[in-house]
Amino acid sequence: MSTRTSKKTSPFEPVRNGVTGALREFGNIFALALDVIVNIFKRPFQTREFIQQFWFIASVSIMPAALVAIPFGAVITLQLGSLTAQIGADSFNGAASVLAVIQQASPIVTTLVVAGAGGSAICADLGSRTIREEIDAMMVLGVSPIQRLVVPRVLAAMGVAALLNGMVSVVGVVGGYTFNVIVQGGTPGAFLASFSALAQLSDLWVGTLKAVIFGFLAGLVAAYRGLNPKGGPKGVGDVVNQSVVITFLLLFLVNLVISVVYLSLVPAKGA
Amino acid sequence: MGVEVAVEGLSKSFGKQAIWRDVTLTLPSGEVSVLLGPSGTGKSVFLKCLIGLLKPEKGRVVINGVDLCSCPERDLYEIRKLFGVLFQDGALFGSMPIFDNVAFPLREHTKKSESEIRDIVMSKLDMVGMLGAENKLPGEISGGMRKRAGLARALVLDPQIILCDEPDSGLDPVRTAYLSQLLIDLNAQIDATILIVTHNINVARTVPDNLGMLFRKELVMFGPREVLLTSDEPVVEQFLNGRRIGPIGMSEEKDTAQMAQEQAHLDAGHSDGSLDDDLRGVVPQLEPTPGLPPRDAARRRRQRVMQILHTLPEQAQHGILASLSSEDYERYQEWRRRTTGMPMPSAPSSTATSTMTREHTQVSQPLPTRQVAQPTQQIHRQPQQRPAAPPPQQQAPSTRPRPRPWRKEEGEQ
Repeated sequence: MSTRTSKKTSPFEPVRNGVTGALREFGNIFALALDVIVNIFKRPFQTREFIQQFWFIASVSIMPAALVAIPFGAVITLQLGSLTAQIGADSFNGAASVLAVIQQASPIVTTLVVAGAGGSAICADLGSRTIREEIDAMMVLGVSPIQRLVVPRVLAAMGVAALLNGMVSVVGVVGGYTFNVIVQGGTPGAFLASFSALAQLSDLWVGTLKAVIFGFLAGLVAAYRGLNPKGGPKGVGDVVNQSVVITFLLLFLVNLVISVVYLSLVPAKGA
Repeated sequence: MGVEVAVEGLSKSFGKQAIWRDVTLTLPSGEVSVLLGPSGTGKSVFLKCLIGLLKPEKGRVVINGVDLCSCPERDLYEIRKLFGVLFQDGALFGSMPIFDNVAFPLREHTKKSESEIRDIVMSKLDMVGMLGAENKLPGEISGGMRKRAGLARALVLDPQIILCDEPDSGLDPVRTAYLSQLLIDLNAQIDATILIVTHNINVARTVPDNLGMLFRKELVMFGPREVLLTSDEPVVEQFLNGRRIGPIGMSEEKDTAQMAQEQAHLDAGHSDGSLDDDLRGVVPQLEPTPGLPPRDAARRRRQRVMQILHTLPEQAQHGILASLSSEDYERYQEWRRRTTGMPMPSAPSSTATSTMTREHTQVSQPLPTRQVAQPTQQIHRQPQQRPAAPPPQQQAPSTRPRPRPWRKEEGEQ
C-alpha cells in the first residue's frame, strides 16, 4: 500500500462518480418529464403520430397481456383458495382475488407488457433516429422532437396502459373465477357475491391511476434512453435493454409508494 | 439579405478532451465561407455549436443579437428557422419518402396548400437533380442522392444561413462541381450566408469569399480567401497541397522523429504524395451561372476587403489586387489616395516571391499598371466564357469557353 500513496485520486472517486452519474441521470429524466408535460399542452397536437403509436403499442401488447393475465389471475386464486379453505373463509376467495388482481396484478402486468413490447420498440426507434442525426435535423428544422415524437408516444403508452388495464382486470378475474370454480370446486355464487364484500369502487380507480402513471413512466424512460444512446448501433441495443430494466425497477418502486399512500388514505371497506 | 454570424471566444470539450479553444470569427452577412481542417479537428462539432445543438463551455454565438449559447429553448427554435443545414449523411427521416422529407419544413412552419408545397418541393428537387426519386425511401437511394435530397430539404424554406457539413464527401468530382455552382447560384439569388465545412481543396479554392482552417485545437486563421490561399503557414501549405511532409500526421500531430524520417525519404527520392505544382495561390472564384444577377456579396466583400487591405499579408494583397477589374482597381487607387494619401502597396522584390506560383510572380511585378488588371476584366465581362480560366494558367484554355444553355433552368427559380 505504501507504494500507492503517491496516487492522487481518492479511493472513493469511483463511488462518487457513480453517485453523481446516477443523480445526473435521474435529474435528466425528471427534466424530460417536465418538458413532456409542458409540451402535451402545446398546439398543434400530433394526432396522426398519436394514433399510429397508440395502434402500434396496442397491437403488440394486447395478446401478450391477455395471455399473461389468465395464469396470473389463476395463480392468485389458487394460492388464496387453498389458504382461505384452511381458515374457513372460502366465501371470501372471490373478494381477495379481485382486490389482488385489480389493485396490484393488473397495472403491473399491463405495464410490464407495455414497457417490454411497446417501450422497447419506442426506444429502439428513437435511438436509431438519434444516431442517424434525424433528431438533430428535426431540431435544426425548428421542430421540437419532444413535442413531435416523444409526447405522442408517451400519451399513447399512457392510453394503452389505461385501456389494457381494464382488459387485464377482466381477464384476470375471469381466469381466477374459472380456476376457482372448476379446479377448486368453489361455489360460483359465493365467488361473485363476495366481490362487493371487500372491494370497492375506489380500488378500480387506483388500479387505473396506477396503470396511467406506469404507462407514463414506461414511455418516458423509453424516450429518454432512446434520445441518449452512447455510440453507434451497439449503443442503441444497450439503451433498449436499459430502458426495459429501468422501467421495471421504477415500476415496482412507484407501485410500492402508491399502494402505501392509497392504503393509508382510503380506509378498507368494512374496517 | 443574409444574417451575420459572430462567434466569440468559443471553446468546446468533451469531458477532459478539448476539441478546440477560443475560436473567434465572423461570417459576414451574405458571404460564402469555407472552414477547412484535417479529419477529426472538430469541424462538425463546430457546426453543431453554431446551431445550438451542442453547448460550448465558453464563448458566444451571436445571430441577430441573440446569443445561441445562452438563450432559452424557445428563442433557439425561432432562430433555427433561419438556418438550412445539410448534415454529413443527409439526415433524412428514414420513415418518410423523399418528397415528404423535403416537404416537412413547409408543412411544419407554413400554411401553404398541398399544391403550393408540391410546386416548391418539385422545384427544389429539380434543382438538385432528384426528380423522379421523390417517392423512394431514404434507405433505397445512394449516399450521394441522400446528400442532395438533404440539401433540397435544407433549402426549402429559403434559409438566410446555410451550413453544409462536407457537401462533397460521397459525391464524385462532377457532382461536387455542380454542387459548388449550385451554392454560388443560391448565394446570388437569395443572398444567404453560407458556411461550408470540407476538406475538398477544389471547393476551398474556388467557392468561398472567406476561408478558415482549424488545426491543433484552434483556428489557424480565418479571413478573406486570398489570405489563406497565399499563406506560408506550414499547416496550410501542407493541407492545400495534400502532401505528407508537414506538421499534420496520420494521427493529428506528428513528432520530430517521424518528420525527420519522412524528410529523409523525400530526399532519397520517395514521393510525398503531392503533385509537383504548388496549389497555393489565388485562383478566380466561381461566378453565378450566366443569366443570374451578380452576387451582391461579392460587391460588399470587395468593399470590406479593400478597407482592411493594408492590414493583410503582402502576398494576400497582391492576390486581391490582381483579381480586381481595372475599373475597381482605379476606383480603389483613387479612394486610397484620398483617404490616406499613401500610394498603393508596392510590389515585393521578385526574389521574395520566387517560390510562389507562376501567377503570383507575374502579378507581383509592375503592379499598378493595366497589364494585370486587363485579363481579369475580360473574364468579368464575358459571361459566355467559363469564368474560372485564369490568364496565367495556360494549360487548357482552349477547351474552356463553351456555351451552357442547359444550365438555364436552374437560374429561373
